[in-house]
Amino acid sequence: MTSVEQRQSAGPRGSRSLLSIDELGTDGVFRILDLADHMVEVNRRPNPKVPALRGKTVCNVFFEDSTRTRLSFETAAKRLSADTMTFSVAQSSLNKGESLRDTIETIAAMGVDAFVIRHGSSGAPWMVDKWTQASVINAGDGWHAHPTQALLDAYTVRTTLNRTGGLEGLRIAIVGDVKHSRVARSTSAVFRLLGADVTLVAPRTLLPPVVDEPTSENLDALIDDVDVLYLLRMQSERMNEALVPSLREYTTRFGLTPQRAGRLKQNALVMHPGPMNRGVEIAVDPAELPGAVITQQVSNGIAVRMAVLFELLGSGHGSADTLEGSSE
Amino acid sequence: MAHEIIERNRGLDGVVLVGIQRGGVWLAKALGAEIVRIEDRESGHASVPVGSVDASLYRDDIGLRPVAPGSVSELEFDIDGVTVVLVDDVLFTGRTVRAALDAIADYGRPRAVQLAVLIDRGHRELPIRPDYVGKNLPTSGDESVSVTSDGVVIS
Amino acid sequence: MSYLVTGARVIDQNGERRGDVRVNDGFIVEVGPDLSRNDQDRVLDASGCVLSPGFVDLHVHLREPGREDAETIETGSRAAALGGFTAVVAMPNTDPTQDSVEVVDFVRRQGERAGWCEVSPSGSITVSRAGEQLTPFAELADAGVRLFTDDGNGVQDPLLMRRAYEYASDLDVTLAQHCEVESLTAGAVMHEGECCSKLGLPGWPSLAEELMVHRDIELVRLTGARAHFLHLSTAGSVDLVRAAKGAGLPVTAEATPHHISLTDSLLASYNALYKVNPPLRTPQDLAAVRDGLADGTIDAIATDHAPHVPESKERPLDQAPPGMIGLETALGVALAHLEMPLVDVIAAMSWKPAAIAGIADRHGRPVEPGEPANLTVFDPSTEWEVVPAQLASKSHNTPYVGIPLRGRVRHTIFNGDAVVIDGKLQDK
Repeated sequence: MTSVEQRQSAGPRGSRSLLSIDELGTDGVFRILDLADHMVEVNRRPNPKVPALRGKTVCNVFFEDSTRTRLSFETAAKRLSADTMTFSVAQSSLNKGESLRDTIETIAAMGVDAFVIRHGSSGAPWMVDKWTQASVINAGDGWHAHPTQALLDAYTVRTTLNRTGGLEGLRIAIVGDVKHSRVARSTSAVFRLLGADVTLVAPRTLLPPVVDEPTSENLDALIDDVDVLYLLRMQSERMNEALVPSLREYTTRFGLTPQRAGRLKQNALVMHPGPMNRGVEIAVDPAELPGAVITQQVSNGIAVRMAVLFELLGSGHGSADTLEGSSE
Repeated sequence: MAHEIIERNRGLDGVVLVGIQRGGVWLAKALGAEIVRIEDRESGHASVPVGSVDASLYRDDIGLRPVAPGSVSELEFDIDGVTVVLVDDVLFTGRTVRAALDAIADYGRPRAVQLAVLIDRGHRELPIRPDYVGKNLPTSGDESVSVTSDGVVIS
Repeated sequence: MSYLVTGARVIDQNGERRGDVRVNDGFIVEVGPDLSRNDQDRVLDASGCVLSPGFVDLHVHLREPGREDAETIETGSRAAALGGFTAVVAMPNTDPTQDSVEVVDFVRRQGERAGWCEVSPSGSITVSRAGEQLTPFAELADAGVRLFTDDGNGVQDPLLMRRAYEYASDLDVTLAQHCEVESLTAGAVMHEGECCSKLGLPGWPSLAEELMVHRDIELVRLTGARAHFLHLSTAGSVDLVRAAKGAGLPVTAEATPHHISLTDSLLASYNALYKVNPPLRTPQDLAAVRDGLADGTIDAIATDHAPHVPESKERPLDQAPPGMIGLETALGVALAHLEMPLVDVIAAMSWKPAAIAGIADRHGRPVEPGEPANLTVFDPSTEWEVVPAQLASKSHNTPYVGIPLRGRVRHTIFNGDAVVIDGKLQDK
């Protein structure tokens, strides 16, 4: 408890937006994870709803289809009693000449407290953040970042393994198309921030040009020892770009096959950000994997996003001492 | 206070203690232990459920000041039809109690809710009145009162 | 009109001396210390300043015809004059493309109408810059085109490029290559390296430039034609050109002010002002390009002035067009970032690019009586910062806001007319 209190008082608070894990920092990550515990408790109630964000409006602006993430944010906002709006533009119908700025400023004029942005272009949420006074939550930008996914992943590992602090000493393998994955970038960042040893496992073609962290192209050399096996979605169009010769070969080298599943440590976790390509990155039925926490990731996603919304919209920027009645 | 609670409720039947995060939690536990000790002397097998509630998601100053939720609410028992004794360390404006009442309502419909506080320092901003008071402590509005199991500090 | 420029450090290809310069009726008529003042002379104070042959920019996008909302030949040549340029080479990626006599004549005439500097149109190597069919080099050469390029794109097909060099080798023209193997840069937004890996942006590898530099050097070796390499940006490219020059091949090269001053880490801001093609590179590349300029491997500083309307630069990086403006900041960047003798900086901005542009009969001439009066007077030590709203260019996409610049143009004399006096355009 004291360590939690120290963390709560140590970190810079009152950040308006959540754009990336790096900007959130270790203290911010712990703050969100601790808050998420409260939200999980709310979600367990028969009536999983609290009035915390009454009168706030959260607008989901999705320039890229992602029903899961959108629903997760919508549910999170509604469970905190915020009003929600959704602005959805499929990338295909988006006129490239159309101004993102105009879109944002128009919606902002309707009175929005937070924008949840999903955009196919890396960096788009940073631009939006400059154009609005509202909070901006990055719900995935290009290949770049997906901080709420990372937080829900960290939360899932922490709670499943009953950790109260960080993830020190855990060996985590993130396997698959790291190069094109915002999930890999953000999730590996949060795992490392929390003290885990992260190895990126992929053929050279699916790694970014320059990688700081340890990499391997031999999943079999690691599989016996990992505490968390994090599988990334393998998109079939990567074959056309000559990044892998075939999905079959990908599965042979990097998929979770029954043989590899049999070699996992008994309490090793298997994670996936969804949606899964069964038979490709995961060639076993996850329901039969004792360590699979893929559905927990989804349900924790709501709690973590509630925590993020509450942290950004509910925390206020004033000092507690200046407010009457606050010292009670 | 423990005696008063037992007396007023004519025993422990259908009485639960719920500490308000954070300062009320240790107090609720201490009160619960004391009540059990007193009742045990008479019946030999007394018990009173003790839980806690975090009111931070129900406050009326959300967005005005930094969030500092305590621990997660722990209400592992049904509160429908029982008498909930809300417990807090210091009663001041009454706003936290108001939030806690809303929180309690989300868990069920108690038969009655009572309020026990160790210190009532006055300056109420809402029509809220404690049922059990450890001590009335006149203060000025800009003073700060903090309570631990070791004692009370006014600063 | 006649002018007397007084008290200057005169620097040209014949060295440095101190003195006054009298200009009359389009020509330099007198150079020497303490020239007598005539009543009809307008006196231009050049104390503390350098007077040099006018600057020549081998690489500007004036956007006319086609994108007059971003720049016109009038506004672009105003910017050029303020930057000390008496001649600019207009890139052919206009709409319509500068692939016919009609279009290049139009561009040249618009430049003459504006009258701020000479606008020398380049021609495209292939029709519509589509990389399929050669443009009429000889017809265009007769219309005054000396530099051919598909800039904006490199000519991808090695066979077509071989034919282009072969065909050009009989004509007194230079082919200028934008070196980029496009299959290696599909979707690329920034330099491929550490930064793009972190930012999740598709990378533009150095290899994509170097492969084409290498290919074209070999084609020059094969055909004997002249090649000019546009906007070199990588250490490897500089090495390749250095070796080619060492082997005596007729190749020249240019580098932009931004490739000697700005690095790829700026893209971390996700500000499309920093998106440019070729992209900003690493500090090692910057150092190599500066070394290339210092040892003469790179002949010229050319701005690649690329105006864009603000809306287009407010798009996400992968959707924003590449390019930054540079005419009005080129000298300030060069003097702030290059540690080479002043005369060498001037050479790279004046007589060397004039020779490559094929206009050395009238630009980049020695400061001597009888020469055409295309002159630049600048204070090499003034420190200043650019204010976008004060730029003459119609577009304000400069990356240099907040970055100290050193050296500023005071007077520009074009064709015997002082078009800029004390840093101000002289409206006629």
